[in-house]
Amino acid sequence: MYDVAIIGGGVIGCSIARELSRYQVRTVVLEKYAEVGFGTTKTNSGIIHAGHHSSPDTLKGQLVVRGNTLFDQLCSELNFGFARIGELVVAQGEEDIPVLEHLKKQGENKGVPGLEMWDQKRLQREEPNLSHKLVAALHAPSAGVINPYEFAFALIENAVDNGVELKVDSPVLKIDVVKDGFVFHTPHEQIASRFALNCGGIFADKIAQMVGLNDFTINPRKGEEYMLDKRLMGLVRRLIFPVPKPTTKGILIIPTFNGTIMVGPTAEDTDDRYDVTTSYDGAKQVFDFVSNICPSITERETITEFAGLRAVSNTNDFIMGPTNIKGFINVAGIQSPGLTSAPAIAEYVCYILKGEGLVLKPKGNFKHHVPGPPRFGTLGIEEQQKLIKENPLFAKIVCRCELVTEAEIHNAIDHGARTLDGIKFRSRAGMGRCQGGFCTTRCMDILAKRLGLSFHEITKRGGDSWIVTEMGKVKNR
Amino acid sequence: MLDRMEGKYDVVVVGGGPAGMGAALGARDSGAERVLILDREPEAGGILWQCIHSGFGLHYFREELTGPEYAERFFEKVIDYEVDLVTNSYVSGISVDSDGTKSVRVMNEEHGMDTVNTKSVVLSMGCRERTRGSIRIPGTRPSGVLPAGLAQKIVNLKGYLPGKRIAILGSGDIGLIMARRLTLEGCKVAGVFEIMPYSNGLTRNVVQCLEDFGIPLHLSTTVAYIHGLDRVEKITVAPVSKDLKPDMSRAWDVKCDTLLLSIGLIPENELSLSLGIQMDVVTGGPRVSSTLETSMPGVFASGNVLHVHDLVDFVTRESLLAGQFAGEWAQGVRRPADNIRLVPGDNVRYCVPHSLSPEREHTIYMRCKEAMMPCRIRVGNLMERKLRFVVPAEMIIFKIKPDLLDKFHGDTLRIDILPAEKGKRHD
Repeated sequence: MYDVAIIGGGVIGCSIARELSRYQVRTVVLEKYAEVGFGTTKTNSGIIHAGHHSSPDTLKGQLVVRGNTLFDQLCSELNFGFARIGELVVAQGEEDIPVLEHLKKQGENKGVPGLEMWDQKRLQREEPNLSHKLVAALHAPSAGVINPYEFAFALIENAVDNGVELKVDSPVLKIDVVKDGFVFHTPHEQIASRFALNCGGIFADKIAQMVGLNDFTINPRKGEEYMLDKRLMGLVRRLIFPVPKPTTKGILIIPTFNGTIMVGPTAEDTDDRYDVTTSYDGAKQVFDFVSNICPSITERETITEFAGLRAVSNTNDFIMGPTNIKGFINVAGIQSPGLTSAPAIAEYVCYILKGEGLVLKPKGNFKHHVPGPPRFGTLGIEEQQKLIKENPLFAKIVCRCELVTEAEIHNAIDHGARTLDGIKFRSRAGMGRCQGGFCTTRCMDILAKRLGLSFHEITKRGGDSWIVTEMGKVKNR
Repeated sequence: MLDRMEGKYDVVVVGGGPAGMGAALGARDSGAERVLILDREPEAGGILWQCIHSGFGLHYFREELTGPEYAERFFEKVIDYEVDLVTNSYVSGISVDSDGTKSVRVMNEEHGMDTVNTKSVVLSMGCRERTRGSIRIPGTRPSGVLPAGLAQKIVNLKGYLPGKRIAILGSGDIGLIMARRLTLEGCKVAGVFEIMPYSNGLTRNVVQCLEDFGIPLHLSTTVAYIHGLDRVEKITVAPVSKDLKPDMSRAWDVKCDTLLLSIGLIPENELSLSLGIQMDVVTGGPRVSSTLETSMPGVFASGNVLHVHDLVDFVTRESLLAGQFAGEWAQGVRRPADNIRLVPGDNVRYCVPHSLSPEREHTIYMRCKEAMMPCRIRVGNLMERKLRFVVPAEMIIFKIKPDLLDKFHGDTLRIDILPAEKGKRHD
């Protein structure tokens, strides 16, 4: 019997798992996919918001600023990629300036540090590649970027180090409400716990329905993103936001942590909870919009595109707290700025659990640190030589676009990668401009050898995502 | 396999595919003593190892060989000619010292990170395949969408199949070859879909790989949607209108578990770019003189890194020449700079090399923009040649004799492809 079962191993579930692992609590995370962070998290834009966009009247507006301030320490402990590169909301005309002023005031009231209005001259000096038609900008230096999947991997790894149990490929199919808790049915087993945390993301309302709760709905909002070639690195140095609209912060220019520029997301409501499709319209919308703000960005630079779903609730705010079912706690409707808020959400959930009667007694031996993965390609030559001396596999290039070495592939597997995507998101092998054309079979060879699997048993991301099939045998599916 | 890397070289060749082996042999022929090939794979030969079909060597050897046979012949010569060959090695950078010596940085599991000094360099890194990201295909992002060359590697080198029911987008040669290969392995190839009104592969491949096996080729048709969450389940294909946009009112679904992409190749020039070499935006390769020298003195380029070739025979020919000049350069031969710029004119997509000299005979490699038949090639006012037809998929090759250029006094020579009927002459 566990004390707490976390349903959903996205960035929220993983954040809570790590926070709970500080205490003498038996926690299990139930994740339906092959690895954590493979749902909404991996398609997140990766922005750590400064916090001035959301109104203080909302729960999301209250948690975002606290979340932002927690990232420096988290990054130093968990070693995921994070940089405070700052953010600009740009005014395309004089009529946008009052909005910037409102955002500045709203931010200052919430304690967002360093907000500053830039005039056209300053904007052109700081970001010379943006359109010279832009008239002004609001600068928020505390905004940053992270690789969201790396964050989830680091959180769960640290949580597991501290005793949390992770069960992947374990979708919750049915929940029995029993005396003193719950029994969760997965395809493999039944798991009992006293408390249930509903971190089901896009499916959180469906999870709530399993215990008879029908008081909220999740209405997925799709966002398409387009990743551009590395040669545009440095074109813009900060996150570029247009003036926000009611349903979205708009289409952004995002210099990702690794310097690759990403543009998007779109915002389109969908009924299909599996709709992670990209479209001609989405591409057109993104590039038409972005070319007005940064004329040198064109669709031709795209190396890959993807889409993700925001878990928007019917209240348009986070839904967090105890429910009519004792011990069942919702952590739902976590849309933007959910990633930024995640550390604050984790704290808040612990507070809720305490109020519900869970005793949170700190562990004496809590391990704070996760060593970050080695990043050979980002190092100077002397450091590279040092690594090679320690381990010759650092001299063996597996992915040439991102300069990923065989040692880093092994490291990814050591730290939990079980699929090709798991390797990609941990090591960056396959993320570059050739999109795995060169390294796919190499990564598969290493995975097969390390996991003791046949070549044809390797999957892209678990489930039915097989990559190759055996010769002479028809695969029944 | 040789595995040594000592002292200073005359010529270092980056890449040991057909281009690199040709260049190394050319360099040795020129009299260069110390020649080194660096290759990132465990064996030299490049993409030829996975090209187990025949059709190689018809021009160069006047006999029909498979890819591995073609590689083998050159590999043996490389050994005979005492070229140093170091494999499993990745060239991570090249720098040029003040005296013109090039330092090539190499990473190798055995030797760690090493630097090799050389007088001249031949870039022969080949090319890579365009991916789904380089075109827009709407839909999901399942497993089972892969470039045709990767599928070829999976089948021919790994001994597995990419899937059982295959659709192919693009009619590049690798896609056509794979249509036949996978059919022979018992897969069902549902069709090849080509957005252009003509095939992008060689005519002989359309006949031998599709028509002979009854595989339909749908021209002016593209893949408009990919379905399936984990794995490809089907695709929606649609004819395209004049602006190449799919006409969804005439779309239909094709059931398949795999979508191969044969949508073109991109010369692999990250190393060239890091050297600051001048590039041709059309070919995606370096700009080169008639000695196949790039804008950086002593750095030469040949093969698919320069421009994508149709046949390996042409790669070999071009590379022998590049190696020859690189070898001479290493021995201190300095030729006068080219004095004639060669520029593409009407219906010419590109031509290589980018400049000429009356000093020597030139082989010009070029491609047209649009199919034309019958037609004529006009080189300035120097020469004109009739051709039965030109298509973008087939490289046009012709020679310009030095005595012809002696009569030329301008500095820019323009090449046009014009209809065969008497066109308007403006010279």
